[in-house]
Amino acid sequence: MKPFDWRLALAVTIVGLVCLAWLGVAGVLLWAVLDPADWQTVLEALGGKGGLLVLLWAGSLIPTAAALRHLIEHYLRAPAKLAEEARLLLETDVQRLPTPRGSAENRRLAEVIGQLVAQREALKEDMDQRVQAASRQTELEKNRLAALMSELTKSVVVCNLDGRILLYNNRARLQFRRLSRLPTPAGGAELMGLGRSIYTVLDRKLVNHALENVQRRLLRGASAPSAQFVTATPTGKLLRVQMTPVRDVATDDTGARATDTMTGFVLLIENITADMQADAEKDRILTSLTEGSRSALANARAAAEVLELPDIPEGLRERLLGVIREEVQGLSRRIDELQPTSSAALRSRWPLEDMLGEDLVEAGLRRLESELELQVDAEPGDQGVWLKVESFTLLQAVIHLAGRLHDRCRVRSLTLRVGQREGQGVLDLIWMPCDGVGDKAELGWDQEPIQVGSETLSLTVRDVLERHGGECWIEQETEDDRHRCFFRLLLPLAAPQEELPATTFMRHESRPEYYDFDLFRTTARTRSLDDSPLTELAYTVFDTETTGLNPAEGDEIIQIGAVRIVNGKVLAHEFFDQLVDPQRIIPPASIPIHGITPEMVRGQPTIDAVLPTFHGFCQDTVLVAHNAAFDMRCLQLKEKRTGVRFDHPVLDTLLLSALVHENQDSHRLEAIAERFGLTIIGRHTAIGDAMVTAEILVKLIPLLAEKGIHTLEQARQAAQKTYYARVNY
Amino acid sequence: MASKILIADNQPNLLMSLEYLMQRQGFDVSLARDGNKAMAMIRQQRPDMIIMEAGMPGQSGFEICQQVRADSALRAIPIVMLSTKARETDIAKGMALGADAYIVKPFSTDDLVNRVRGLLGEGR
Repeated sequence: MKPFDWRLALAVTIVGLVCLAWLGVAGVLLWAVLDPADWQTVLEALGGKGGLLVLLWAGSLIPTAAALRHLIEHYLRAPAKLAEEARLLLETDVQRLPTPRGSAENRRLAEVIGQLVAQREALKEDMDQRVQAASRQTELEKNRLAALMSELTKSVVVCNLDGRILLYNNRARLQFRRLSRLPTPAGGAELMGLGRSIYTVLDRKLVNHALENVQRRLLRGASAPSAQFVTATPTGKLLRVQMTPVRDVATDDTGARATDTMTGFVLLIENITADMQADAEKDRILTSLTEGSRSALANARAAAEVLELPDIPEGLRERLLGVIREEVQGLSRRIDELQPTSSAALRSRWPLEDMLGEDLVEAGLRRLESELELQVDAEPGDQGVWLKVESFTLLQAVIHLAGRLHDRCRVRSLTLRVGQREGQGVLDLIWMPCDGVGDKAELGWDQEPIQVGSETLSLTVRDVLERHGGECWIEQETEDDRHRCFFRLLLPLAAPQEELPATTFMRHESRPEYYDFDLFRTTARTRSLDDSPLTELAYTVFDTETTGLNPAEGDEIIQIGAVRIVNGKVLAHEFFDQLVDPQRIIPPASIPIHGITPEMVRGQPTIDAVLPTFHGFCQDTVLVAHNAAFDMRCLQLKEKRTGVRFDHPVLDTLLLSALVHENQDSHRLEAIAERFGLTIIGRHTAIGDAMVTAEILVKLIPLLAEKGIHTLEQARQAAQKTYYARVNY
Repeated sequence: MASKILIADNQPNLLMSLEYLMQRQGFDVSLARDGNKAMAMIRQQRPDMIIMEAGMPGQSGFEICQQVRADSALRAIPIVMLSTKARETDIAKGMALGADAYIVKPFSTDDLVNRVRGLLGEGR
């Protein structure tokens, strides 16, 4: 049913009234111009037919209404509809073209609007494509940066001016792990993380001093200002830190530099403890060889010069000869004592890199096969041996030796093997000698200039080995009643490198998220946590696995897993995952639930060691857990024993879920995850549950905002009013 | 009358050679094996010349040098410093603290004798 059209009714009324008025005027005019007799005749003629006149008048209104309706439809309603459709097109991204209706002019207008819409869509599509291309480029650049950072062998940390970390690389992460009080993979995460303060690991005054120096140089117009300082860590390590500014350079219309402000700083951190120890050892040896020898030489020389004098009493002669003997023997002893350390410490070496033995063998196989017509294979040696080598030149030396074996001894197949013997790394180049065929292998080959293909180097194999502090000889061994020969190259060992911890539960990203440039914009927090918007807060989302459900009656924590949320992003690579020795029996009935056996917690740190580090991990964040009352009770019961107080603000995803989805039956972790389409990997492992709880919190925050809950205080107050908030542990 | 020379060094082997050498040159020689004894002997004997090692145990040669130069009664005694420390900074320190000569070990005994005679104004 169409709605009542008041405009049509008004128009018809007006037309009717106009007709009535016209009739009235016509009557008055007739009355005025006619004789009274004629007027009387007209009245008599009309007499009794007034009803007919009214009917005629009313009847004439029907076609009038139809005509008006048509006119309104064409000239009023059609433009109005077009205007509405145009407004919809303007305010939304609906792509439907306006329907041509109404007058010819209106139809033409609709067509023009349609063309404008099509043009807008084309422009939008073009813009979208450009934005996508730019985004792809940006993403590519970000990935390149991340790749570059993760491969760097120096620790890199980028901070904003408040000292908040907004980028760090894996080397920095590993370096700061060594400073942690917790000697397990979970250690270090409390020190290095996005949004954390660099001042927890470096002295604030030291960093500020360097910062002031850099800023002063910037003000003086220095093009590349930097500052450097050395600091000692609480564990006694020496770090050399180089600071360079992150500058925000704005240019004016002419392209000239308008402003040059510092928005943050880059720290290149190098552990120089080993270098300093090596330098100290060099100093000790040199001092011992110089100052220590000077005294002995002075004694011997003075004695010798006195002996040259004529008429020396016989007794004195004997004593002076004894002095010379004694001092020379002392010098010999000193040199013998210094020999083992001095040869290693004083030799000038090439910059050597740490390389896994298997990688060196792999590279050797490729190089030998490409350079020589030889069949080369690898023999399993010791696994996980790390060597200090300059791999390119070392393999040139190996190719030289292999080439000599090939040319002079007619060896057609070789084997490479890497291992470890008495504190030294060994690389063996093994061959099976052919009896009576060709020459014998000679150690003298190591004195020849290295020859690789047609290229002859100025170096010999011996040079290469000396630069490595290594040695080389030929040995024989018997295998399956056959003699095998091998060149044994002794090489320095390197400390095994730490690998990235397994991230089996991690999400799909292949590259760790070690940067968040949005943090450049954050400044020191001035308002209290309670008044802070939920979207701006940093959270530590955690879960504990315990021996049972009654912490007050002696159930203990056996695992803590936690992950942080900074800037609305779950930092899946900055996690805390630690087993804890509960120092009590784990009830067998609980093992199928959490999967943690007594063997797994044996040798793990106790809660006394774990909680201080976990407290550091949670610093400056809001604690979040699913059914937080239980987990908080577990932590709080340990406050007295560990001296660590968890007085952080707390949010509970169970209560927040009940707040947002009040009509849902279940607010169990699995049920919420299913509602949000999240997959739990590792349910009932502390880190698995913490990870999915974090994802849930991220999804809950916008839903809370829809309910008018924006700040931490609002969220806490609203959560306390839910039914579930009444449970106690 | 023979000049009195105090030779102080913690190396007995060197003391033996220098004692004979200086006695043969006609000096009246006394010996000290450490810094404390050397200082006591200086105050007691007022030698005409002090030859001492810079890095002796007890009071070092540098400390003795300072004390001698600070004492108006001893100030004029020439001091020859012997040392195993050969850096320019060490030499500068010895000379600044009042040594008249700084001789780095090992040294030529002829050179030492000449320096001693020169400082005593005896010449050859």
